[in-house]
Amino acid sequence: MSSATALSWFARHELRLAWREWFAMMTGGRRKRTRAAIIGLVCFAALLHLPAWAVIGRFADLQLPLDKSSLIVISATIFLAWTLMLSQAIESVTRVFYARADLDLIMSSPATLANLFSVRIAAIALSVTAIAVLFSTPFIDVLVIGGGARWLAAFGVVVAMGLSAAAIAIAVTILLFRLIGPARTRLIAQILAAIIGAGFVIALQVAAIMSYGTLSRFTILTSGSVVAYAPDADSIWWWPARAVMGDSKALLLLLALALMLLGSVMAMFSHRFADTAIDAAAYGASGSRRAKERPFRGGSRQQALRRKEFSLLWRDPWLISQTLMQLLYLVPPALLLWRNFADSSAALTLITPVIVMAAGQLAGGLAWLTISGEDAPDLVATAPLTPSGVIRAKIEVVLIAIAAIFCPLVAALAFASPYQAAVSAAAIIISAASATAIQLWFRVQARRSQFRRRQTSSRLATFAEAFSSIGWAASAALLLALPIAGLICGLITAGLVAITWKFSPRREQ
Amino acid sequence: MVAGDAKPDGVAVMKPDSSALEVKGLTKRFDRLAVDNLDLTIHAGEFYALVGPNGAGKTTTLRMVAGLLRPDAGAVSIFGIDALQSPVAAKQVMAWVSDEPMIYDKLTPLEYLEFVAGLWGIAPSVSQPVAQDLLESLGLAPHRHERCEGFSKGMRQKVALAGALVHDPRLIILDEPLTGLDAVSARHVKGLLGMRVRAGCTVIMTTHILEVAERMADRIGVIASGRLVAEGTLTELRQQNGHADTSLEDLFIALVTLPEAA
Repeated sequence: MSSATALSWFARHELRLAWREWFAMMTGGRRKRTRAAIIGLVCFAALLHLPAWAVIGRFADLQLPLDKSSLIVISATIFLAWTLMLSQAIESVTRVFYARADLDLIMSSPATLANLFSVRIAAIALSVTAIAVLFSTPFIDVLVIGGGARWLAAFGVVVAMGLSAAAIAIAVTILLFRLIGPARTRLIAQILAAIIGAGFVIALQVAAIMSYGTLSRFTILTSGSVVAYAPDADSIWWWPARAVMGDSKALLLLLALALMLLGSVMAMFSHRFADTAIDAAAYGASGSRRAKERPFRGGSRQQALRRKEFSLLWRDPWLISQTLMQLLYLVPPALLLWRNFADSSAALTLITPVIVMAAGQLAGGLAWLTISGEDAPDLVATAPLTPSGVIRAKIEVVLIAIAAIFCPLVAALAFASPYQAAVSAAAIIISAASATAIQLWFRVQARRSQFRRRQTSSRLATFAEAFSSIGWAASAALLLALPIAGLICGLITAGLVAITWKFSPRREQ
Repeated sequence: MVAGDAKPDGVAVMKPDSSALEVKGLTKRFDRLAVDNLDLTIHAGEFYALVGPNGAGKTTTLRMVAGLLRPDAGAVSIFGIDALQSPVAAKQVMAWVSDEPMIYDKLTPLEYLEFVAGLWGIAPSVSQPVAQDLLESLGLAPHRHERCEGFSKGMRQKVALAGALVHDPRLIILDEPLTGLDAVSARHVKGLLGMRVRAGCTVIMTTHILEVAERMADRIGVIASGRLVAEGTLTELRQQNGHADTSLEDLFIALVTLPEAA
């Protein structure tokens, strides 16, 4: 087999793996669900056009040349999307290093490793770009329908963004390996992915709160001072915005830059990819992290279970990055609370839905990890405890963790508005309890490391968990503004949770 | 218990005086009948090996005994405790080790043993020295403060076995415990199990390694198609089949290929 044939064969192999991984994620690993998954995806894509229309439908008539404010808003939106792609790309690259089971096979093969890893880098870039194109399609469709074919150029910008995000993610991850070693890279890369994904929005919100006392990030972007500092309309910084709107020269330059960046990363890092992979594998085999010697602790059997769960949660790199992201999202409302401490500003009301939603989402993740993600199910099942005792201890862990995170925020809120604090506390409890209950009803036996795939085991549970968090957040917000509407929304959400219970698989225990 | 026969390797065999495990009419059906009306009695202080071909129902039987699977029919009694009626009391006196070691990657062996001892309600003053001894005897002492995430399968199996022994069970149920262990580790494990049996503990173990069953077990049960097709000491099995000097391997093949075993 010639070298070119081997490379094209390996590229096909990579694409097949990526396709099957994605397909398994969509169907929950069950081939029988193929038709249902396709129908679901088509419906989901069609449904996405509605929010897309609501968000950017009004911008479809925009024409070049644009004023600075419009350029700033479009560029910031593109940058925000790019940071999300970068976040996803860092996560993908880390996963390739630590979780791909075929590295031994590849590295023991007689093929040129640099070439094979160049293909793998290209495959990462392609998968990041494909997902970006998939999610951006409804938005671009809306613009094309409303403003004409010139908006199709936006697809080219998305491709350029995907390729550049993947290139930078690979460079950042390999540099992290070199700088801080494989042991810390896994955690730091996940934290970095979380911070990058949330950081830009949060930074804009923080700036808006500090300057104008509002959570709206567009207030700061369209303010006079930002416009005054922005570069001239013909600057390179506006290329992405102009390319999106059909400036073919800007689009071609962007694509060329992205391809050059990816090519440079392939040339520079493909030979280091092998070393990095070996280091990651060696880290996995060494298990060098050490704990301190301390006496065994006593207590009840439930206490032993709770202690184990807390230790595992504390040491879970995914959870740390995810919790950090949740906490980051809480920074703007906390800041808003601090700024409006003295008055009863209407802006303060916005804090409640944000924290209620965060509590529901975090509780869902924690509940999956503690209830479904049990790495030693046989041990726990053969221990002299009743199944209900085991479940109770695990639920307690979720609720204690939620309480520890959200109590300080609710306590601070109580000083500004006791009524709002009481409503927020009740909604946090209900939202966390609902998410935990849904995870309990749909529990499956899985390893903690399968957390990323938890959504695929039951689409119903995933959507129910998301809608319950959104529903309780909306109920709490409405209860503060328009009590009767809040009660109706609460009843609808409770109904949704009840329907979810009705459709949950029957449990023996 | 009274002293009885001597095993070939010089280990004194204790004659049992009561049953540690009694299984009556145990039945489990999945797509097909996995365990078919199985009766089994294992005496206290006995080392019992359950052998059989793949898919014979060995693991299913042991999982039902350990309370991990609910039987469709039948009864399981552990030291006189009805394991189906009082599962918590039955679990208090037994331990289960599967062929696939299930431990927590983010805990150290010592933390794992602390957790297991806590689950069985063992006082820290008792469990800590036992845990240290177990790790020492299984060769895990140098790794006791390292997280298990980087351990080999053999090391993980030894951690799981230490977990099974830390609460001093009276009945140890092992499903292929030597899978993935190197020769030295396998000898460690066999030595540890032998010591436990000499101390009065009962062990029931499934294994594909017939040499282990031949050397270690007081009695051997041969299971095929969910039924016990033969049972006894090696000598008794040979006598039952009329082959005085045949090896257990030949005996096993002859037994599991009998028409009634199919």
